[in-house]
Amino acid sequence: MNASVVTPIGAPVRRKEDHRFITGKGRYTDDLSRPGQAHAYFLRSPYAHARIRAIDTSAAIDMPGVVAVLTGKDLAQDGLGGLICGWMIHSKDGSPMNAGAHPALALDTVRYVGDHVAVIIAETLNAAKDAAAAVVVDYEILPAVADLAQAQAEGGPVIHDVAPRNTVFEWELGDKAGTEAAFARAAHVTAIDIVNNRLAPNPMEPRAAIGDYDAGDDAFTLWTTSQNPHVARLVLSAFVGLAPENKLRVIAPDVGGGFGSKIFIYAEETVCAWASKRVGRPVKWTCERGEAFLCDAHGRDHITRGELALDGEGRILGFRVKTTANMGAYLSTFSSCVPTYLYATLLSGQYAIPAIYCEVDAVYTNTAPVDAYRGAGRPEATFLVERIIDKAARELGMDPAEMRRRNFVTAFPHQTPVIMCYDAGDYGASLDKALALADYTGFPARKAEAERRGRLRGIGLSAYIEACGIAPSAAVGSLGAGVGLWESAEVRVNPTGNVEVLTGSHSHGQGHETTFAQLVSARLGIPIDQVSVVHGDTDKVQFGMGTYGSRSGAVGMSAIVKALDKVEAKAKKIAAHVLEASEGDIEFKDGRFTVAGTDRGLAFAEVALNAYVAHKFPTSEIEPGLKEGAFYDPSNFTFPAGCHVCELEVDPETGVTQIVNWVAVDDFGTVINPMIVEGQVHGGIAQGVGQALMERVAYDNDGQLVTGSYMDYQMPRAEDLPSFTLGLTETRCPSNPLGMKGCGEAGAIAAPPAVINALTDALGTQDISMPATPAKLWAVAQARVTRRAAE
Amino acid sequence: MTKISLTVNGKSVSAEVEPRTLLVQFLREKLLLTGTHVGCDTSQCGACVVHVDGSAVKSCTMLAVQADGARVTTIEGIAQGGVLHPMQEAFREHHGLQCGFCTPGMIMSALDMVNRLGPILDESAIRENLDGNLCRCTGYHNIVKAIAAGAAAMGANPTRAAAE
Repeated sequence: MNASVVTPIGAPVRRKEDHRFITGKGRYTDDLSRPGQAHAYFLRSPYAHARIRAIDTSAAIDMPGVVAVLTGKDLAQDGLGGLICGWMIHSKDGSPMNAGAHPALALDTVRYVGDHVAVIIAETLNAAKDAAAAVVVDYEILPAVADLAQAQAEGGPVIHDVAPRNTVFEWELGDKAGTEAAFARAAHVTAIDIVNNRLAPNPMEPRAAIGDYDAGDDAFTLWTTSQNPHVARLVLSAFVGLAPENKLRVIAPDVGGGFGSKIFIYAEETVCAWASKRVGRPVKWTCERGEAFLCDAHGRDHITRGELALDGEGRILGFRVKTTANMGAYLSTFSSCVPTYLYATLLSGQYAIPAIYCEVDAVYTNTAPVDAYRGAGRPEATFLVERIIDKAARELGMDPAEMRRRNFVTAFPHQTPVIMCYDAGDYGASLDKALALADYTGFPARKAEAERRGRLRGIGLSAYIEACGIAPSAAVGSLGAGVGLWESAEVRVNPTGNVEVLTGSHSHGQGHETTFAQLVSARLGIPIDQVSVVHGDTDKVQFGMGTYGSRSGAVGMSAIVKALDKVEAKAKKIAAHVLEASEGDIEFKDGRFTVAGTDRGLAFAEVALNAYVAHKFPTSEIEPGLKEGAFYDPSNFTFPAGCHVCELEVDPETGVTQIVNWVAVDDFGTVINPMIVEGQVHGGIAQGVGQALMERVAYDNDGQLVTGSYMDYQMPRAEDLPSFTLGLTETRCPSNPLGMKGCGEAGAIAAPPAVINALTDALGTQDISMPATPAKLWAVAQARVTRRAAE
Repeated sequence: MTKISLTVNGKSVSAEVEPRTLLVQFLREKLLLTGTHVGCDTSQCGACVVHVDGSAVKSCTMLAVQADGARVTTIEGIAQGGVLHPMQEAFREHHGLQCGFCTPGMIMSALDMVNRLGPILDESAIRENLDGNLCRCTGYHNIVKAIAAGAAAMGANPTRAAAE
């Protein structure tokens, strides 16, 4: 579609931002340099748990090119505070969570392999690395616990003194007595034990930062790979105490993917900003992939027991869940809300479940911090719900599709027993469409054909739901959030009629420069190339909460709509004066303001010019200019939902899985740009398939990271995946002006149970854990052969 | 320090480099050609793919001194006179990129694929030959479509396709 035309909502407009990326002109943080910059390298703990008796930096400081070697003591000396967790969770007994201190550079204890011990700043990165080898750290190695299942053992290693048995909190949600009663009258109970495997987010751009202190203005600038630069500034200012907000500019330029891992305020970025003042030079740091495996916040890592109470007809009566969630060695920025309010609140799935009770223990281990990763809590909930309902169907001899259909929520709004109130959806429609696209009824014939070729073929469903559009500020405040989760926007109309949109959302692959411009183009009737989207700079955009939780459409674009409403209202006033008509007679359509019932009118650009020239309206009543801002706070979460169908074959001789067909039918409400939405679904599915079949962060018993590179941590590659068949259903979201729900996480949420349900179908056993690697599946397949032979 | 002379995107360059300097460091830090990216440290991700004497090379796995006398082409060097290469156009047309970080390496690998296998590429051949390039955003679906379309466009218009 031509950039010089007005772009309607729903059109697959090609991306405005692509030109710079396909020509090598992207501006990622590591592509930037500041005059006189020095390079930082972090000395990291080689031990999972140790006391630091002493650090001798004297030899390192004397190495060629070394500018400074700084430790936690220097940071403390300058009065900087530690990193924070911004969401307070209370235990069942009402006590606040046991949060241990999290200094950006260790003071006297290191708590995971990769923990930050010192920073070496030098003329070149190689000089800094050379000098790091000359820093002598005297460690007293302490017992460590890396295994989640062992972390709460009495008498085990204590990672933070404030957290006995390494327990951060023991939290609950739902109706315990009501759920017990449901189980008491159940005709059948299905139980399942699940390990939700630990993942490394792995955006392809590693984190990076440049801190630059300007002594003339006593002000800092931090370029960083952030999904939410304003939140970074707020935390660095209000909690770390680096500088007041008006003296700290945070810029997140092009960011190469995030998937949650770039929400958080990390040690390295903090240290680079602080150290630039210490050394009087810009300080640049770029994460190596090996460091990213060590230190980027990981995702998932739950152990769960779930039990489902059913009546004689396969209707769910109650759901009981006990989860232990690994938080790693420190509480990362939003870690505490992930296994609680982003998890247990989705345990009703797409189903009308009368009673739910969930307990979650959050636990420290000597591993990297765990926080939000694509989906954040919702994939864990969906995996549990969609696995247990599948297992229940098979135990009851029911078709898994029929089992789901029988339990769907069908009337809206629907209040679940776990906080959420689903506002709109049609789960039967997405299931029906997915089954049709997947030719579900033709599956037995395909399975038989595969069997003749010696392949084990299976089909698996996942009817997921998620809560996006995060989130109503008062609601999350009542649940412990330290911030409100509204979004801001400003629409600046220039005198010649082109437009800049400033947004607090941040694009790191989502294509906001296109979709946000598309929205403005459609509304104002101006060509899309006359709309520029500005984001990611705290000096340009007043404030914003950033991009995560599929919130930038439902919340960020809603703020733009609000600002556009104000622009249109003011422009109508101005048009009325210029056209010498009454304001009530002015209509705005297709980029023209007209006087109703006449052929008199003005183009949008003419009104813009009049707004700035200000000759033809009383400025005592109407201010000159055309620029409006808005803050939008959502009234509810949004509830994207859909059904994915995975069909696969396992080769029993090798254990290798081949996904032969994937159908995804999603209800995202209003779709602005279907091309971009489909891309989001593709990527999400790939990450979900990665979790199901190959990805796993592993530590050994001493807390050493075993999967520290792409040699050991298997990422999905092109050959591991099929092309996907996508479909949409649409129920408009009633909770925001555009009717949008959000699409960024759906694939990652839906995919893992679809894969595992297909594998259980193929192999005839429920005992398949993630990642379902060829080695595991080979063993299962061989046991099946042996079992059949015995029969 | 060692002196090297090479051709990068058609221009002759000479420089003194530390012998341990990687080709990708030389391109990014000395020549400020930052379109070539570093996404890993084990030669797995392919974000750093450039062409050396017409063949795809992971520039994180080659020393700058090894490129002495060579002809190097980077992502910045494939558009001709402001006109995008058909493979670049195909990536945009088919939404073959999201965050854009892996994209330069993907496009350079795709060109190498066409050089080796010709302009008619089926899905399985493309997927197999993308083994050295990781993308975390797209699930590869649209990258595969983009490469097939870009290759076909190169076949249809060989003069525009000549990048080097």
